Amino acid sequence: MRTIQFREALREAMSEEMRKDESIFLMGEEVAEYNGAYKVSQGMMDEFGAKRVIDTPISELGFAGIGVGAAMNGLRPIVEFMTFNFSLVAIDQVVNGASKMLQMSGGQFPVPIVFRGPTGNAGQLGAQHSQSFESWYANCPGLKVVVPSNPYDAKGLLKSAIIDPDPVIFMESELMYGDKGEVPEDEYYIELGQAHVDQEGTDVTLVGFGKIMKVVHAAAQELAKEDISAEVIDLRTVRPIDYATVLESVKKTNRLVLVEEAWPLANFSTDIAFRVQKDAFDYLDAPVLRINSADTPLAYAPTLVQAALPSAEKVIKAVKEVMYIKS
Amino acid sequence: MPVTKETYLYWYESMLLMRRFEEKSGQLYGQQKIRGFCHLYIGQEAVVAGTISAIRQEDPIITAYRDHAHALGKGVSARAVMAELYGKATGCSKGKGGSMHLFSKEHYFFGGHGIVGGQIPLGAGIAFAEQYKGTDNVCICYLGDGAVRQGALNETFNMAMLWKLPVVFVCENNGYAMGTSVQRTTNVTDIYKIGLAYDMPSEPVDGMSCESVHEAMDRAVRRARKGEGPTFLEMRTYRYKGHSMSDPARYRTKEEVEEYKAKDPIEIVKNTILEKKYADEAWFEEIAAKVKEEVEDSVKFAEESPFPDADELYKDVYAQEDYPFILD
Ligand SMILES: Cc1ncc(C[n+]2csc(CCOP(=O)(O)OP(=O)(O)O)c2C)c(N)n1
Ligand SMILES: [Mg+2]
Repeated sequence: MRTIQFREALREAMSEEMRKDESIFLMGEEVAEYNGAYKVSQGMMDEFGAKRVIDTPISELGFAGIGVGAAMNGLRPIVEFMTFNFSLVAIDQVVNGASKMLQMSGGQFPVPIVFRGPTGNAGQLGAQHSQSFESWYANCPGLKVVVPSNPYDAKGLLKSAIIDPDPVIFMESELMYGDKGEVPEDEYYIELGQAHVDQEGTDVTLVGFGKIMKVVHAAAQELAKEDISAEVIDLRTVRPIDYATVLESVKKTNRLVLVEEAWPLANFSTDIAFRVQKDAFDYLDAPVLRINSADTPLAYAPTLVQAALPSAEKVIKAVKEVMYIKS
Repeated sequence: MPVTKETYLYWYESMLLMRRFEEKSGQLYGQQKIRGFCHLYIGQEAVVAGTISAIRQEDPIITAYRDHAHALGKGVSARAVMAELYGKATGCSKGKGGSMHLFSKEHYFFGGHGIVGGQIPLGAGIAFAEQYKGTDNVCICYLGDGAVRQGALNETFNMAMLWKLPVVFVCENNGYAMGTSVQRTTNVTDIYKIGLAYDMPSEPVDGMSCESVHEAMDRAVRRARKGEGPTFLEMRTYRYKGHSMSDPARYRTKEEVEEYKAKDPIEIVKNTILEKKYADEAWFEEIAAKVKEEVEDSVKFAEESPFPDADELYKDVYAQEDYPFILD
């Protein structure tokens, strides 16, 4: 199979859908003439023209809202945030607008829109450029939240997000855009809300999503060298969450370690830990552990970045703890 | 404040330091000593030099992420700035902020901010506090031509006028927000006109000329000190380099860059100093050597300084000393 970059997979997803449906357009900062701040939309203006690939001023609140209004009136916008850090300027239109319109209007105004862009840290970018807001958006009913970890999923999930009748938050990473992976030439979709078991295992379940899956896989490989068999689950969509796949796995391995880039309070690790203690309490042989970023904004210095972020070492240590292995 | 011989000599030395410091930063970024995003100020020096020469030390300033020169201009040492770019514990933000987030309370420098336009209401708030406390200090709030497109500007301009806040909004219009020219974001390319909608005194200024910047600033600051409220100055300037270190800047022509380089503020001030016989070539050589030494010394200092210890991780997050962090 051919391999392509994550950014190319996203571009193919958008372009394929745009060829089929005139009502889909892409809007955001630097998406058209500059070919995308991270080159995701490279060449798209050439193909679709300035009517459908639209450069905006740095006006997130305005263009997010324009997207929502356009979606209420029959279009299918894809709104790119240069990063989700900047979506906070626009979050009112997403949370007070997009997520509630269908219900407030008694079902009359669906909002089929995709807000997409990178999330999470990308190295030493300092506190304002290094945040993971997946759980903020996922907390809000009315939204769906997708966080792919590889090019294959990115393409299939983005295609589904674009044709989805509801607003979808689609979160990528600067640190994944260059990643290569196998993506078939033939068209395919991946259903939203389905986790993927990347690796089957028997000793412990590791759950993550998005670019942190790299850390999870690195940890699983190291563990394998020590004959510890980890089952690795990539949630892929974090609203809705595929609890069933996680529960099934925990019932088999009896141990769970959650890995997530967000801060520790009120996020997926807390949510899944709740679900598992409620629905699989009797299956647990150890407390559920989790690795998050440190409970602080991400500082610039390399020493502090390293201390704050999840790492394979931290995951391995947690796995040994739930397995009661002294290291 | 009249433009004296001392002012000219100050401008020259101050701008030369900014220029050499930024050239060095660019090199060090290439060597991966400086990480993250790094936005150089080369070409825009007259804006900081000409605004700072028209204000007092106690006047607070705030800007965006292109902030190295603002820190230097306000008197933060090259050492403290360079160490911050390195992420060292001796940096002006203890290595926690990096290039985009230089701060120095001691110098009334309220920081470099990373969310475009985020500093606009903050600048008005800093001015609000000066007014509230009854000082006659004036806040200088710098913002880019791209930042003008944030909704926050409109809300802030309205309240700043309503409450006659002592703030001068200095738009550093360098023609581009990343790869997007001003022309491609608006039908009102005269950015200063935005202020007129709020009856805010607003004017365009030649941002390549220290004299023009200084004079416009002087008028604005005087008015603010007298309680007559904010001013919006659109400084027309140019960045010679790309938006950040990763931008090859293919969206503009060589001719355009050359056109501005021909108006280089450092060269112009040098020529004026020579014409007015304020100094001779020997003085320029002396300043060049002094600046070179200052920049080299800052690099040496940064190199030799330690990174913050990992136990700094939970410090400075809350003012409360014993905040109960989640440590799992
Ligand atoms: C709210 C927000 N949106 C987008 C960005 C990404 N971004 C960083 S700088 C920049 C361009 C800003 O241009 P301008 O205000 O003209 O300042 P300049 O870089 O020219 O100094 C953009 C889009 C951001 N930091 N914040
Ligand atoms: Mg600009």
